[in-house]
Amino acid sequence: MKNEMQIQFSALSQNESFARVTVAAFISQLDPSMDELTEIKTVVSEAVTNAIIHGYEQDPTGIVYISCTIEDGFIDLSIKDEGIGILDIEEARQPLFTTKPELERSGMGFTIMENFMDEIEIQSQPGKGTEIRLRKHLTNSKMLCN
Amino acid sequence: MSLTIDLEVKKDVLCIRLSGELDHHSADELRTQATKAIEDYDIHHIVLNLEHLSFMDSSGLGVILGRYKQIKQNHGEMVVCAISPAVQRLFEMSGLFKIIRLEPTEEFALHRLGVA
Repeated sequence: MKNEMQIQFSALSQNESFARVTVAAFISQLDPSMDELTEIKTVVSEAVTNAIIHGYEQDPTGIVYISCTIEDGFIDLSIKDEGIGILDIEEARQPLFTTKPELERSGMGFTIMENFMDEIEIQSQPGKGTEIRLRKHLTNSKMLCN
Repeated sequence: MSLTIDLEVKKDVLCIRLSGELDHHSADELRTQATKAIEDYDIHHIVLNLEHLSFMDSSGLGVILGRYKQIKQNHGEMVVCAISPAVQRLFEMSGLFKIIRLEPTEEFALHRLGVA
């Protein structure tokens, strides 16, 4: 059975914790391991932080959209903003690459997302926004489908 | 859950003990407090105790790397201790262990730096 949830919130850093905890609470019905739960929380935090810092350049009037679907032990996540977009996606994915070293950004966000999830898809249009789609299969999930 | 920052100066070593969650939101406060302490107390080395840190993401790596660069200018050293497997993975992924030494406990870390 497919189960879906969506949230949207202001691009404020205090909502990073809200976002990862909310997604973790939703997927907890699949009975993930502690490691899997930490991985999901971390990637949500990475993508939401990117939307706030890079997408909206810390403009709190921006809105971050998250949708999460669980089906057959798979988690599909989408984290979206309507911000400035990414000029060069391949460059952005390079480990330690950052456009904002002055903010002490580590440049590890996409590397962490790639490592912690099974699949990643980045869609971005300069001036229109960015959507990160992430997929992960939970190894020991109880597939309670009723 | 937010971040609690406990700072203690022992000679020229700054002990930073973190509990809670270190993300982009809480990294700013840590940067401000640690930077000020390093300047005010003529700090050479940092011991970072992460025993009670329940969550960290790449924003944490950024602020840790930033403080490493700060003490490196004084030819200092950074030692991290009591690290969780999750945080250890992030350190390994980013290559931070090439520049930051890992010790099992704060006591070992302080001993390594010649304090206590």
